[in-house]
Amino acid sequence: MNAVTTNSVIPLEYLFYLAGFIAIVASLKVVLGKHAVHSLLYLIVSLLAVAVCFYFMGAPFAAGLEVIVYAGAILVLFVFAVMMFGLAEDEEKHAPHTSGLTIWVGPSALAFALLFELIYIINNVSQHNVTAINHISPKQVGSLLYGPYLLAVEIASFLLLAGLVAGYHFAKPNIDDKRVSDKLVSKGESQ
Amino acid sequence: MIALPFEHILILATTLFLIGFVGVISRKNTLFILMSLEVMLNAVGIAFIGAGSVWQQADGQVMFILILTLAAAEVALGLALLIRLQRKFQSLDIDILNKLRG
Repeated sequence: MNAVTTNSVIPLEYLFYLAGFIAIVASLKVVLGKHAVHSLLYLIVSLLAVAVCFYFMGAPFAAGLEVIVYAGAILVLFVFAVMMFGLAEDEEKHAPHTSGLTIWVGPSALAFALLFELIYIINNVSQHNVTAINHISPKQVGSLLYGPYLLAVEIASFLLLAGLVAGYHFAKPNIDDKRVSDKLVSKGESQ
Repeated sequence: MIALPFEHILILATTLFLIGFVGVISRKNTLFILMSLEVMLNAVGIAFIGAGSVWQQADGQVMFILILTLAAAEVALGLALLIRLQRKFQSLDIDILNKLRG
């Protein structure tokens, strides 16, 4: 029994520290990166590592939200924006220097470390006390969210609506572009 | 699931926040500044959820969800500004945003 507890408790803490270390390394690579797409890859790994940290802190709901919303939605938005910036030409231009697996080695090594943690947890979940002290269920969060924090939720919805309207307003093809193209057309006609 | 020492959670959150902060103040590329802001918001989320798990309250996760919506709105707005910037000046330098009037 004693051996089981020593085997079960200590590695879980170490797994948390490993996930935190991965998050720190990936964030450093994000900040120090030269290429936008590489930094985005490391940012995804950092978010996944932070999600694993959330899980170890007893917040599985927040961990799921982190993966779905952050790594799933916000990062996809980043990738779309990076694609719109026309980095594809850069990629082709620099392709001989960065070809092969070198781009993927760092992020995939960190991601595989996280995958190892996940598999380890799934394999050993019967040995650990899942309903441990610090576990906070999604039910508690939901009842709090739609109870005392209802006004905050409404304000957050306003914020999202404002973000939607402003994003549409800023990103649509503006009048200046049309003016510029009209000028170009008129110049061509005059010539 | 396990009783982690609160200091270690705070150390992790502070380290990530500092990394993001250094990125925000040292990078010129606005895209990297937005990414560093994401790292900073994540660090704040770690601090909130760590505090919530230490004091056994669900408030930390509620605050994290609010931070999540804030980050979504901020990224949508920031990337829209970035697209405008790229279209107008063909550059992502943050200093050009001074001239982005109207």
